[in-house]
Formats: sequence, C-alpha cells, structure tokens
Amino acid sequence: MTIQVLGPGCHNCKSTEAAAREAVASLGITAEIVKVTDYAEIARMGVMKTPGLAIDGKVVISGRVPTAAEVAELLKK
Amino acid sequence: MIQDFASWLVFSVIGMDAASHWGQSVHFFVYDTIKITLLLLAMTFLMGIVNSYMPVEKVRAWLASRKWYGTDHLLAAIFGAVTPFCSCSSIPLFIGFVRGGIPLGVTFSFLITSPLVNEAAVAVFIGVFGWKTTLIYCGAGIAVGTVVGTILGRMKLEKHVEPWVWEVQAGNAAQDNANRSLRQRLPGIVREAWATTRKVLPYVLIGITIGAGMHGFVPANYFERFISKDNPFAVPLAVLLGVPMYANATGVIPVIEQLVAKGIALGTALAFMMAVVGLSIPEGLLLRRVLKPRLIAIYFGSVSLAIVALGYFFNAVL
Repeated sequence: MTIQVLGPGCHNCKSTEAAAREAVASLGITAEIVKVTDYAEIARMGVMKTPGLAIDGKVVISGRVPTAAEVAELLKK
Repeated sequence: MIQDFASWLVFSVIGMDAASHWGQSVHFFVYDTIKITLLLLAMTFLMGIVNSYMPVEKVRAWLASRKWYGTDHLLAAIFGAVTPFCSCSSIPLFIGFVRGGIPLGVTFSFLITSPLVNEAAVAVFIGVFGWKTTLIYCGAGIAVGTVVGTILGRMKLEKHVEPWVWEVQAGNAAQDNANRSLRQRLPGIVREAWATTRKVLPYVLIGITIGAGMHGFVPANYFERFISKDNPFAVPLAVLLGVPMYANATGVIPVIEQLVAKGIALGTALAFMMAVVGLSIPEGLLLRRVLKPRLIAIYFGSVSLAIVALGYFFNAVL
C-alpha cells in the first residue's frame, strides 16, 4: 500500500504526514509513505489546496489536515 | 461587556490609575487582546464551515462553467475573499485554475483578492476598526481584485506564464470525502480554526502591544507633523513601504489603527495595510515558479497602482 502526502513541505504537510504515520502504526500495517512535493505532480493529481493525501494513487483528503484516526478509517476501506 | 471586564481587571483588580499613561495602555491591551482573540476564533470557525461546504474544487467548477455574463472577475474576487489558503497552495491553485478552464485574468482576480481579504485579517480589522471600516476595506479588496484581474485578462499575458504550466494535465478535481455530516466535519473545523488563531495570535499580540503603547504615550496628531493629511506623496510612500513588509501582517493592523488615531489619513493607512497584506516579496518569489519575471512585475505593479488609486480615493471621500 502506498500513501502519498501532497504538499510542498509547509507546516500543514508535515502534520498530514505525521497523521499518516500514526495511522499506519496504529493499524499495524505496512505502507510506504511518499511525499509529493512537485507542484506539477500535485496539480496533476487534482489537488489545488494543500495538503492532500492519496491512498494507492487515489486522493482522499484535499485542502485540510486529517487526524490520524480519520486516515486510519480511510486506510481500512 | 469586554470593555467592562477590562476596566474591572485593570483598574479595580490590578488597581491602575485610569487617567495614567500606563493605565490607559494596559487597559487598551487587555481589551483589544480579549476582543480580537474572540473575533479570530469566531471568524476562522465561520470561514471553516463555509470552506468545508464550498471547497476550492467546487469554486473552480462554478467559475469554469462560465455562465456568469461578464461578472466572472467579480465572482472570482469574492470567492478569493472567502476562500483562505496559505501561500504554499498558491502554485497548485494557479495551475489547477488555468489548466481547469479558467481564464488567466479571472485566476488573477482570485489570487489578488485572496490574501487581501483573508479571515484572520478581517477578524483583527473588525476588532480594531469596527464593522463599517471593515466592510469598506473588504469592498476595496474585492474591487482591486476585480479591476486588476479584468485589465490583466485583456492584456493577453499567457505567453508570460512559464511554458511547463500549459503542459500540466490537471487532473480531475480531487474528491475529498464530501458526504460527511456537519457533525463529522466540526472537529476538524474547530481544530483548524484554533490552529489558525494560534498561528497569528503572537503577531497580533505584538501589534496590540505596540498599538497599546502608542495609545497611552503618543500624543494626539503626533504623526501629522511627519506626513500631513494632504501630502500628495503620502499614499505612494505608504504603498512602497508596505509591499516589502511581510510575516503575518495581521499584527500590523493594531499599529495602523493607532497611526490613524494619531493623525495619519485613513486612506493612506488602508493603502499601507493592503500593500502589506496583498503583496509580499516571498509570494513574488514563489510565483516565479509559474510566472515569468515580466508578468510578476506587471502583477505587482498593477496591484500597487490600484492600491495607490484607492488610497487617494478614500482620502478624498472618507
């Protein structure tokens, strides 16, 4: 499973990444967490407001920082 | 009510003299801090709800449908005013807009207004200047975005956008899980409102501290000596000073209020404020990724000119 954190690296992106790591740890699963910082790539994925979060290439969070619990919920789907 | 509480705290509990410089300054500080913190929380919360239901993806879809009979720029400016986004989003937003079927000029209307009228600045503005001046300020910000965006749109500037932008295949708008109920949305909205408030509050407190000091210690009409109200160079000078200033400009507002209270013309002060909030060097550097230097110069130049014009206008009518 691949989790992508979309954002150029501002504070919100770091919070999102932290939430993703926490969610993965709490579920005890193995997932690769990748940061997408390239603007063209972020735009290509359809995210206009950072941070964004994608699971296996599908954007599930856009324009807000999720909680770890919310990411865990999304990972279970 | 807050006024009474501040008076009670400063004059009765702490026991300061209401007529002294220190008493006045501390009272001003306590009163403004409580009032502005509450306003910040209320405003960020309110805009959080608005944005949760009207995300930027939806705004783009509305603007791209182009059934607005020439009011596109005005609409984009209004959307820009109610859609807060941090400067780290301005590049993906720019690409998403121009590649999502929105004309360059309309995109500019949005981009110009968004920092000018943002929820934190508006909250502090209400607390410091009151509702009426805040409405004038918001209207002025939307006017600048509408007019400058319209003019830039007519100038055929597409060739001054970095070519790679036109090659990006902007994906379909991301679908955040939009079917959440208000109850599911609220915790996130509250969290974000609190985060935004906490982020700008230190700067606001610095501003209030300086403002409070000026309130108690700077004599009335003190600044009139340096820049008289009818000095024709006051407005352009204020804008020139304001453009390079940056870093949570919301903190500047309490200081500006004191400048006005002590003799600077309101139009000049508003122009300064807009230059501080609306244009910043870091943002220009960031936009350099997608805009060629010439277009950045045109962008900054035209917004500055519009702000100067507004400053003169307000000084003439207010």
